[in-house]
Amino acid sequence: MWTEIEPLLDNVQKPARYIGGEGGAQEPEHASDKVAWLLTYPDTYEVGLPNQGLQILYEIVNERDDAVAERSYAPWTDMEEQLRAAGLPLFSVDTHKPADAFDIIAFNLSAELTYTNLLNCVDLAGAPVRAADRTPEDLLVIVGGHCTYNPEPIADFIDAVVLGDGEEVIGEITDVVHAWKNNDRAGGREAVLRQLSQLEGVYIPSLYEATYDGQTLVSVLPKCDDVPERVEKRTVADLADWPYPKHQLVPLTDVVHDRLNVEVFRGCTRGCRFCQAGMITRPVRERPAEQVRTMIAEGIKRSGYDEVALTSLSTADFSGIEDVIKDTMDDPSCSQVSISLPSLRVDAFGVGIAAELQRGRRSGLTFAPEAGTWRMRQVINKLILEEDLYGAVDSAFSQGWRRSKLYFLTGLPTETDEDTEGIFELARNCVKIGKKYTGGASVTVSVGGFVPKPFTPFQWFGQNTVEELRRKVGVLLEQNKISRGVQFKWHDPEATLVEGLMSRGDRRLGPVIEDVWRNGGVFQEWSEHFDLQRWLDACERHDVDIEWYVYRHRTEDEVFPWDHLSAGLHKDFLWQEWRDALDEVGLEDCRWTPCYDCGACTGYGIEHVVASATPPAGGSQGTGQNLAVGGAVPVELLSKSGAVVG
Amino acid sequence: MIVRLRFTKNGKIRFIGHRDVARIFERALRTAGLAVAYSEGFSPRPKVAFGLALSVGYESDNEYLDVVLAQPEDLEDVANRLTAALPAGLDLLEVGEIDRHANSLMEAVTSCEWVIDLATDDEAAVRASVDAMIAADRVVITRERKGKTVEDNIRPDLLSLKVSMNPETSTARITAELSTEGRSLRPAEFLGALEPSFEVTRVRRTHQWISHGDTRIEPHEADVSRAAHPNVGAS
Ligand code: SF4
Repeated sequence: MWTEIEPLLDNVQKPARYIGGEGGAQEPEHASDKVAWLLTYPDTYEVGLPNQGLQILYEIVNERDDAVAERSYAPWTDMEEQLRAAGLPLFSVDTHKPADAFDIIAFNLSAELTYTNLLNCVDLAGAPVRAADRTPEDLLVIVGGHCTYNPEPIADFIDAVVLGDGEEVIGEITDVVHAWKNNDRAGGREAVLRQLSQLEGVYIPSLYEATYDGQTLVSVLPKCDDVPERVEKRTVADLADWPYPKHQLVPLTDVVHDRLNVEVFRGCTRGCRFCQAGMITRPVRERPAEQVRTMIAEGIKRSGYDEVALTSLSTADFSGIEDVIKDTMDDPSCSQVSISLPSLRVDAFGVGIAAELQRGRRSGLTFAPEAGTWRMRQVINKLILEEDLYGAVDSAFSQGWRRSKLYFLTGLPTETDEDTEGIFELARNCVKIGKKYTGGASVTVSVGGFVPKPFTPFQWFGQNTVEELRRKVGVLLEQNKISRGVQFKWHDPEATLVEGLMSRGDRRLGPVIEDVWRNGGVFQEWSEHFDLQRWLDACERHDVDIEWYVYRHRTEDEVFPWDHLSAGLHKDFLWQEWRDALDEVGLEDCRWTPCYDCGACTGYGIEHVVASATPPAGGSQGTGQNLAVGGAVPVELLSKSGAVVG
Repeated sequence: MIVRLRFTKNGKIRFIGHRDVARIFERALRTAGLAVAYSEGFSPRPKVAFGLALSVGYESDNEYLDVVLAQPEDLEDVANRLTAALPAGLDLLEVGEIDRHANSLMEAVTSCEWVIDLATDDEAAVRASVDAMIAADRVVITRERKGKTVEDNIRPDLLSLKVSMNPETSTARITAELSTEGRSLRPAEFLGALEPSFEVTRVRRTHQWISHGDTRIEPHEADVSRAAHPNVGAS
């Protein structure tokens, strides 16, 4: 339908969002007996294109003979208006086919505030937004990504949910849909969903019934015997088997993270108690260093990028990090390439590596201490000593960086004003350190409101109220007045409230989401479109007590809306972690200390895949030292040769 | 060694912006293994220079880019390697070496020729409107300059206007040569000054001219010692 879309593009901002044609893009040939996937990111092209999960699946599906995959992204409001006025549906950017030319529309959900966009995309695709209203000819709506560990708020709108890594299960889903489609869709939607429910890692919300006792959720149980009582996540045991994306997409226009991205490991066992990503992706699975090197060299050659990011939840912990960096910098074909580590560990070792890597201009380095006092950091198990941070900042400023950015959370369990003010105490000390090296030293403090997430030790915690978060922002603003050289940024507490509602909500939120969407509430991640009143009004219309969902502390016997799903973690492990948090007791990293049986490996018969048995140098963060004192920080800087420092 | 690249911007890729084109060339030069010279200083930039920016949505038969290569290369080879590295629609037409002292594209180009397709099939109405503009002594438009609204007479910038029918679509077409000296006259500004205004379907830059008195040449003919023509469209 390109000829119909083309004239609309003169009337919209950033028309390059809709043209496709990226380096690495495919134009797969559809056929009536093939299964066609429309892989969709429910936010703008710029945010969605770099999504590695979708790019991996795009390649895996297109390698099959019996399936094709194309991509689409949520059209911005101006384009949506154009499409609706012209009576045109959502389309793929690869060959510009209408959404109804596909069998499956699959979404990556990485943020709760995109839920209304999901509804909008399904509606634009021409399918009924409620799964119950769809016919066998309508699209199957499948979701994956981190938010799907509690998909209950969107249960009404989706047909199937994938928990965990998608590399293997996407093939199994394709097989099932292929057989069904080529058998005249026998048995209708009911039949194919029932078969999908038999796949490990696939959850079919419509095959489960939620029961309540007044406000309280009693259970979510399968409606039939052959449907599993509990759906377990999928875990790819060895990343070496999946060297994807092999042809990372190279966009023609501006996107976020516009560089080569190579995933060096998946999972994290540092055990930060607020961090859902760390908990649900256990255990650690490293990519062999040799494969990382090949992916860098080939990716750079093919894409023409001059920057590669080594991605993971904590890249300095990659056991092959020094070798990979050294080899890449010594490789003549990578001579112009700079390497970046998006997740920098807070210590001098991390900065030492960053210094080796970053050629050219040194503008800013970002660290995430997350909390302002050691007491608070013990509660959240982010075991960074003040000295670690100061060492990191000293190292950064002494090696030419002029700005540091520090990330914090506020609204954490047991947080006092002393903890909140501690954020600025750290920041002021960092500025002081910076001034030793440059008069223009500045530190940016960025503070987000904490949202308790499913499958974390903090899932029992009642989130801070909007008023309380606002008050804390006020405390921080007071501090900001007396802190020269510190810039302060904070996240809107109102958006934090809605995130909290979605994060731990249940099926009764479906009507609220639909209401907000019907009243025009799309792109809620974007402050220019977010409007809390719309959510409050919808909650009121549908009798949803937002405070009960968000602010209430849960007790040990609470039945969670996600109790019938599993990320492998034992609930009693999480509960013990919650108690330990309140007692300010830390927990070591199980990569280098004995397993404490959280369930992520033990339950699935897998284990860590780590190339080196010794912990990486530097830092006190779970490397086996006495956690209460942190221990020395052995910093080993790589040789200076090879780095061009501007 | 400075090479002047001549290329198209056609089809879907017409919707990307000027900076996007620059980034694509930066990557393509690297993929092609061509080392570009960098500026000195605190934050070195690759030494590449584009001509007049083309608005998002417009097509072009003749775009130019000057690149300073760090070492001498065979032009034929440059053409073939770059052609393979560029996306569809940015088709390389020609690679020539230019003199170190050649004027920059921005300074050298004095006018551009545009082919503007309109939605209307009423050729007579378009002709009447264009004729009226040609007959006028002054054609005044308002522009923003440094935050202030100013009035400019664009009549001297209208070098040639012709009206015809596009045989493929049977709609009216204006072929306009607009000056780029001083404040470059944009097709949108010219179209906005037509009475009544017409709906535009397609705008294409067909030529960029360098005029010296009575003679005029195109940038790929200026100070070019040798030129190589790759197979157009092959990639
Ligand atoms: S099961 Fe044991 S080794 Fe595996 S992540 Fe949990 S604690 Fe660590």
